[in-house]
Amino acid sequence: MSVIIDRRLNDRNKNAANRARFMRRYKAQIKRSVADMVSERSIEDMQKGGKVKLPARDVSEPHLRHGQGGDREMVLPGNRTFTPGDRLKRPSGGEGDGDGSGDGEGGSGEDNFTFALSREEFMNLFFDDLELPHLVRTQVGDIKELKPQRAGYTSQGSPTNLSVVRTMRQALGRRIALQSGARRRLEEIEALQGDDPDKDNPLIDEAEIELLKKRIERVPFLDDIDLRFRNRIMVPKPMSQAVMFCLMDVSASMNEQRKDLAKRFYTLLHLFLSRKYERVEIVFIRHTNDADEVDEQTFFNDRKTGGTVVYSALELMREVIAARYPSDQWNVYAAQASDGDAFGADPERSRGFLEDQLLPLVRYYAYIEVCETPTTRTSTLASTYQRIDSPHFAMATVNDHRDIYPVFRTLFSTDTAGSAT
Amino acid sequence: MTSSRLLSQGPDWNFDLIEKYDLAIKEIAVGEFGLDCYPNQIEIIASEQMLDAYASSGLPISYPHWSFGKQFIIQEEAYRKGAQGLAYEIVINSDPCISYLMEENSMPLQGLVIAHACYGHNSFFKGNYLFRQWTNADAIVDYMVFAKNFVRRCEESYGIQAVEDMFDACHALRDYGVSRYQRPRQLSVAEELNRQREREEYEWSRHDEIWRTVPVAESQDTPEKAAGDVEEPQENLLYFLEKYSPKLAGWQREIIRIVRKMGQYFYPQGQTKVMNEGWATFWHYTILNRMYDKGLVDDGFMIEILASHSNVIAQRGFDERGYGGFNPYALGFAMFMDIKRMCEDPTEEDRHWFPEVVDTPWQETLDFAMRNYKDESFIAQYLSPKLIREFHIFAISDEEEKEYLEIDSIHNEEGYRRVRRLLSEQYNRDGQYPDLQITGFDLHGDRSLTVQHRLHRKRPLSKESDIVLRHLQRLWGFDMHLETVREDGSLADKKTFAA
Repeated sequence: MSVIIDRRLNDRNKNAANRARFMRRYKAQIKRSVADMVSERSIEDMQKGGKVKLPARDVSEPHLRHGQGGDREMVLPGNRTFTPGDRLKRPSGGEGDGDGSGDGEGGSGEDNFTFALSREEFMNLFFDDLELPHLVRTQVGDIKELKPQRAGYTSQGSPTNLSVVRTMRQALGRRIALQSGARRRLEEIEALQGDDPDKDNPLIDEAEIELLKKRIERVPFLDDIDLRFRNRIMVPKPMSQAVMFCLMDVSASMNEQRKDLAKRFYTLLHLFLSRKYERVEIVFIRHTNDADEVDEQTFFNDRKTGGTVVYSALELMREVIAARYPSDQWNVYAAQASDGDAFGADPERSRGFLEDQLLPLVRYYAYIEVCETPTTRTSTLASTYQRIDSPHFAMATVNDHRDIYPVFRTLFSTDTAGSAT
Repeated sequence: MTSSRLLSQGPDWNFDLIEKYDLAIKEIAVGEFGLDCYPNQIEIIASEQMLDAYASSGLPISYPHWSFGKQFIIQEEAYRKGAQGLAYEIVINSDPCISYLMEENSMPLQGLVIAHACYGHNSFFKGNYLFRQWTNADAIVDYMVFAKNFVRRCEESYGIQAVEDMFDACHALRDYGVSRYQRPRQLSVAEELNRQREREEYEWSRHDEIWRTVPVAESQDTPEKAAGDVEEPQENLLYFLEKYSPKLAGWQREIIRIVRKMGQYFYPQGQTKVMNEGWATFWHYTILNRMYDKGLVDDGFMIEILASHSNVIAQRGFDERGYGGFNPYALGFAMFMDIKRMCEDPTEEDRHWFPEVVDTPWQETLDFAMRNYKDESFIAQYLSPKLIREFHIFAISDEEEKEYLEIDSIHNEEGYRRVRRLLSEQYNRDGQYPDLQITGFDLHGDRSLTVQHRLHRKRPLSKESDIVLRHLQRLWGFDMHLETVREDGSLADKKTFAA
């Protein structure tokens, strides 16, 4: 007699620990792969998790095997045309093919070992194991837009909001309440009358019966006080639309590493915004001595030569806001990345423009200065921006991508906004 | 067919039905065909659990290691992509014989799996000489529990990294943990614990201060053996390291032993893939057809079964997409069917080739073959010209001196014997693994170890072998010399892996 056991309720994820060990062992390689992914991906795709490729050689488990060379025979099925003595060119393939009983290392073959990272794993590696979830609780200014929400019923309202069911229920209750006394008396009288209505009973007062019937009739079927209307109140809308402006100096001094730092910052901001808003649009504005709006690909990868005029980008941003993102409908956020080089009257003019024209329009404006090595020197642009005093403005310096998250937190925490450097 | 005899209809299964099918199949397998099986333990699991079981090489319990995680990721990816379905079943060579059935299977598939695993594989595990000699069906699960706990304690005491390094080295050498010409001792957890305790006590005694004060007899200048010799070349590298490696701690020797025991457990499976799968496939085919003849299952059941069956036994040609070598199910099933055919309905050719098989009772002949052969000898003995023709089997020779490959022999009158011999060779373990043996260690000198690689038909070691040899050297702890000798015994090359 066989024993039959239902094991479906047993632990299902026995290998989670082994998988974690695999991840731990190849953390360096996986991180490198994630870094490659970051440079290939657009900001919006960043939070999807994704495929990691590791070179198969790195993850292989070596065993002692015969190599190429020497003499051997291979026995194969499915001959069609060969006869003994036929000659074939030696294929230049890998080792051990035709070895009919090789144990087939999971079919991964010679190429890359590819596997999927979950969204959480990806984000963890992306931000170097820093926790993201706390972000959600941080507030970014107040959000003005309101949206109607149901809030029970009221006794006053417009006819279109009339709730028929509720109204009839009220009416029925009122009718029962007001008629019941009269009805009860009427029933008592009828009981006294017994079976013979014509028999004279001294206790029955015909006038009272008339009165009771009238009283019952006088209760209206529907009264003003019965009316009930669906109530809607306006509540602040937590999710709505936002636009995020990415401004970047793309002059020659902004090298790949600086751009990468900027990209990570933008990505973080986008992640953050897309948790708060249903819809987040991104506008990329790059500038040298003049500014233009470009797509993401161009923004991060194309090179442009020329000087640096920050003002041009700010002006373009204002134009774009005016044309497409009126600030009463859009929450406007902006992040400006630069290495801080600015010349002549430009920084001062930019500061003025930013303070007077732009900041009233935006919910938050972050300026980050990117450079690979920490310096004590304050750049031209930074020293000018430091004089901006607005709760909507913040600035910080980023040297390494380990810094990005802490800087981001400082910039976006409610109490310190505006004074972080 | 009277519908009253039907066990069930449609795809749905439940526990009562599984029990009913199991009884009906048992009646046929054991009652009518006389298969000798261990008791069965049938476990129903979900697909995620099947993925888990896959990754730990089919054992229900295993110690933690990243390579299982890698295996799991591979399986999971392939499964999620749909590139690969899950096996319908996993069966463990244990007593009672544990078979996993997947929840997602339909009733007909569950029936197929019960016939295939619980009676096919099961009787093979119990009957085949390699399994009888090499594995202890009743001890393996207990031993793995012991191993898992032991490894966990080691990780706590010595750190995950140290344990992982040890396993990496041992896994690389796991094919070299078997003494082929020596019957292994039977596994017993009680004995293991005892032995382990003794080992620990011995180590304690060596650390005991009192022992240091005891004068040691100065008798070491008369070594029993000349330095640089071992009694006889040792092919079981892991065993040698476990016993004689000078630098390893007790727990490290224990880990070598765990890997060695697992290698020993899987040793017969590696050499009987064709036979084992062929045997199980033959029996599910025969048993289920018998159920159909008895009117226990309906046409729909058979159609579903035959669809899966023909998928399982498909053999692609070498030049077809998805070719992955000989399909052990296809070859094994065809061979067992062919033997049965030769017993019952032999042709002139069969009489000439297999006089000892034709006209014998097929059940006895098949049983004999199952018990006394492994893939290599089974093919050499029973592969018939008819099958060589049907599979269009041919051989290519690849010789070092020639610029080209040459078709050596094909499925024709002149080629049958040679094709058969070469195919059998292909399943020979000696051809698959390079021949490495420990030939000496310098006990009183620099303690260096000498390993000899005997070339098999001039075939060198693969490139990655250096990594494995480096592991071997690390386990030894001192210098290691690798001598490469030709088949005639002359030295071809010498290389030293310095500590």
